[in-house]
Order: sequence, then C-alpha cells, then structure tokens
Amino acid sequence: MIKWLFDGVTIGGQALLAVILALALAAPLFVDDYLLSVFIVTLYFAYTGQAWNVMMGFAGQLSLGHAIYVGLAAYTAAVLFVELRISPWIGILAAIPVAVLCGAIIGFLAFRFRVAGVYFAILTIAFAEFARIGFDHFSAVGGSAGLFLPVASYAKFDLWNLRGGPEMFYYLILVMVIAVFLICRALMHSRVGYYWLAIREDEQAARALGIDTFRYKMIAVLVSAGMTAPAGVFLAFYHNNLFPEQIFHISQSIEIILAPIIGGIGTLFGPIIGAALLQWLAESLRVGLEAVGIDVPGSKQVFFGVLLLLVVIAVPEGLWPWIAAKFRLTERKP
Amino acid sequence: MTALLTVDGVSKRFRGLVAVDNVSFEVPEGAIFAVIGPNGAGKTTLFNAIAGEFKPDGGSIVFAGEKIDGLSPDRICRRGVGRTFQIVKPFPGLSVEDNVMVGALLHRRTPRDAREWVHQVLERLDLHDKRHQLASALTLPDRKRLEVARAIATEPKLLLLDEVMAGLRPTETDRMVEVFRRLNKEHGVTILLIEHVMRAVMALASHILVLHHGAAIAEGAPEEVVRDQAVIDSYLGAEALI
Repeated sequence: MIKWLFDGVTIGGQALLAVILALALAAPLFVDDYLLSVFIVTLYFAYTGQAWNVMMGFAGQLSLGHAIYVGLAAYTAAVLFVELRISPWIGILAAIPVAVLCGAIIGFLAFRFRVAGVYFAILTIAFAEFARIGFDHFSAVGGSAGLFLPVASYAKFDLWNLRGGPEMFYYLILVMVIAVFLICRALMHSRVGYYWLAIREDEQAARALGIDTFRYKMIAVLVSAGMTAPAGVFLAFYHNNLFPEQIFHISQSIEIILAPIIGGIGTLFGPIIGAALLQWLAESLRVGLEAVGIDVPGSKQVFFGVLLLLVVIAVPEGLWPWIAAKFRLTERKP
Repeated sequence: MTALLTVDGVSKRFRGLVAVDNVSFEVPEGAIFAVIGPNGAGKTTLFNAIAGEFKPDGGSIVFAGEKIDGLSPDRICRRGVGRTFQIVKPFPGLSVEDNVMVGALLHRRTPRDAREWVHQVLERLDLHDKRHQLASALTLPDRKRLEVARAIATEPKLLLLDEVMAGLRPTETDRMVEVFRRLNKEHGVTILLIEHVMRAVMALASHILVLHHGAAIAEGAPEEVVRDQAVIDSYLGAEALI
C-alpha cells in the first residue's frame, strides 16, 4: 500500500511531500484566523479543481459549469439541516446523488446527441445559469434573499453538525483534499483511467479499441459531479449562507477550473499547486495593495487573469509538470 | 475451412458516388486476405463498413457466424475485430506503453494484469526500447508499428490492416511482413489487409481481391490475380509482371 502510494516519486519528492503534509497538519497551531481562512479557501479550490480535473484532465470533457454541482449539493445539505436538523454527514448522502443525477442529465443530453467540445462547454454553462436563475426564484429555499444556517459560536466544537471554529473546517477540508487525491490517483491507474485518457486523446481510436465511449464519458461526468458535491456541503456549512447569485455564478465555475489549468491539467498535484499559488499570491497582493492604501475591488480577478496569461504563455502544460521535471520530484522515464 | 468473415453484396453510397458497389467475398479462418486496387477504388470505405464506422447501404457482413453490420465500432472490436487506421491515430499525449495498455485492457481488468501482455506485444513490434517515449515523438514507421501493436493488444480474431506498409522502407516492410506472418502462423490471427505495396502483398497474402471503382473485378490466388488482364489494365500496369 505504502509502496504503491509512492510509486514513481523520487526520494526528494517523498521528503518534500512529508514536509508539506507535516506543515499542513501543524498549520493551525501557528497561524491566525485570517491566514487559516486563506488556507481553507486554498484547500477548497484544490479539492474542487481535483474533482473537475477528472472530467477535463482525464476524460477531456470541458465543463464550465461545475458551480451547479457545488450549488445543488450545498442547497440540498443546507435545507435538510435548516428544516429538519439533519446532520450534514447524512445530508451528504442526499447531496451526492442530487449532484450525480444532475451530471447524468447533462452528460446524457450531451453525449447522446453528440454535443462535443465547445458546444459541450456551453451546455454546462447553460445548466449552471439555469440553476442560478431558478434558485433566485425558488422562494421555499430563500430565493435571491439567500438561505442562512444557524450561526455557530466559535467555542463550540460539534463535528456531527459541523458547527465549530475554523480549525475544524481546516482539518475537514484537508482530509477531503487528501482523500480526493488518493481516489484520483487510484482512478488514474485503473482501467477506467486509461480509457478516459484514450477518449481524451482520440475518441475514434478509442472506439476502435473496444471502448464504449458514451459509457466512459458518462462515468467521468458522474464521478466528477459526485466528487464535487462534498465541496458544496462544505461551503454551505463553512459560510453559513447561500446565495444563488454567488454559488451558481459562472465566476464560481471559472475559479474552480483556474487551479488545475495553472497547476497542470490532467495531473494530480496540479490542482493543489495551482490553488496554493493563486490564492496565496492573490491574498498577498490584496494585503500589499491595502497597505499602500489602495483598495480596488476586483483586483483579485485581474490578478487571476494576468497569472493565467503568464502560465499559458510560459508553461502551457501547467506548473506542476515543469516543477516536477526541474526539481526531479517524480521519476523521469528514459 | 469455414469463413470467419463473410461480406455479402455490400454497397455504400456517398450522395451520388457509389464508393462500394455490391461487393461479396469470404475470408476463411486463418487466411491472410488482401484487398488491392487503385486509389479511390473503395478499399477504405469497405474497411470502415466492416469495422463499424458506418452502416452499409445494402448487403450484410457476418463475422464468426453473427451479423455485425450496423454495430458500433467498439462492439465490433469487442467481438474480436482489431483494426488500424490508414492515417495513424496514436494517442499522442500517452507513452507508447500506455497506448498499447489501452488495447490490452479490453480483456484484462487491471493494468497490473495487462502489463506482461503489453510488454510481449511491444517486443513483438520492436517497440520495447521506446516504450516510455510519447507517441507524438515517434517517427512515422514507429507510429505505424504502434498502430498495429495497439490493435494486436486487443487480441483480435480478425485483424484489419489499412495500408500499414505505406511509407516504410523495404527493410522495414520485410520486418513488418515477418510480424504478420508469425501472428498468423503462431497465434492463428486471420488478417484482412488493404495494401499498395505489392512486395508485401505477394509475400503475405494467400488470397487477393481487386477493387476498381467500387466493384470487385478479380479474386483468387495471388499468382492468378496478378496475371489477370483486367487487373493489369486498371491497377498494376505491365511492369508488375517482371
């Protein structure tokens, strides 16, 4: 098991991984609440990026509407908690199927009617926008006025109902990131992972090798949607409020895909590196600007745009493949 | 010998153009069957109809006793028909080994189970040394070999080869011929090939079908077919007889 985990990672890479993991585990002891919140956001986007990567990085299906899975899962778990006092741990058992069902509808419509490439991406945007507008007018769950969870007191530590301080949420999302990383790694080294890559590379050739491309593309969408759902539940209980205009907004979908694009599409470390770089640099920039007395709303988005441009020009494959080769963190095969 | 593949009266039209016109033939089990003919004769169209890329407008295709025309390409592959593409279609972003692995996973559940078979196939096609290279970095002859390796990895009963010799040097052609001969003799794979390289056709084929303007104009043993006047006039030219 341990051997399998580190297969293909050099000693240097393993050491670095151990150090990062140790730092991540110890972080709440050293940092203040503000920095911790930056870490939580970072891990959140590492998680969602990893889930999105299954669809785009592995199976080559571009989704620009992943906010829909986040939002549906968030609303499902939140409504169950607010109305019926059902624990999010139970709520997630409903949230995942809701997201998967939504993915199934989108995937079926697209792949059955051969909607591919850019048109597929547009379809995913359309569904997310449809959900945003729909929830804006869905008064039973608050409509555009939003849905609010009873706010937790910081002193409380109630893991069962996810009511507690940022440390609890930090460790929760950290565990989620590690879990989804391991799942993605296992998928990548399985038959379905190879089939996804084949479909991404050349669908016609994949079919000629006996791959039922409709089925495997569907699996990619379902897995990706189901993986994204826990992030939605997390977001609902971390923020304690849900607004359709935020959670289903296209900017949410875009922010989800930035981390893997910058870190490296189709790689396992890409989403993590990308999220860390994006959020840390963006926050540093904001703090820096504030220190000199400039407070420009939207500076973060502008910075994201500039960073994206630089990466696409300098290392189009993403940062991780470049870093891994440069510092010999993974084995380079002859 | 029983027929592994029976093509009966197959036609395919593209708008007004009749690409394949009422073609019938049988490929016996264990044979190496060649389809030759000038460019535009309908060879690749016939191939694509067998491999399931499209449904023929008329006629039937029976493989191993079951009708396969109209089935999707992946179903046909799972029944035991492997194919190569005339314009090679490697998975460019994957290594040579992973390319072959995709094919090998058809009958093996996990990459671990398939690894040994993948290495055998790679060795057979002289690609073992290049297994960690990206497919996009290969030369054309190597890509052609990879195309074949990937198809073989699915362990087909019938292998469809669409001009795999085109662009190869004579020595490379001979190596490829040897690969197919062994595959046919030692592993009992029936082969249906489209080929322009007569050197390879004559070395391999036990049976030849000649297409011209979508129709079959001659069929038989290689020695007979190359002396057929209609074949010489339409395709081979007189110098082929030397």
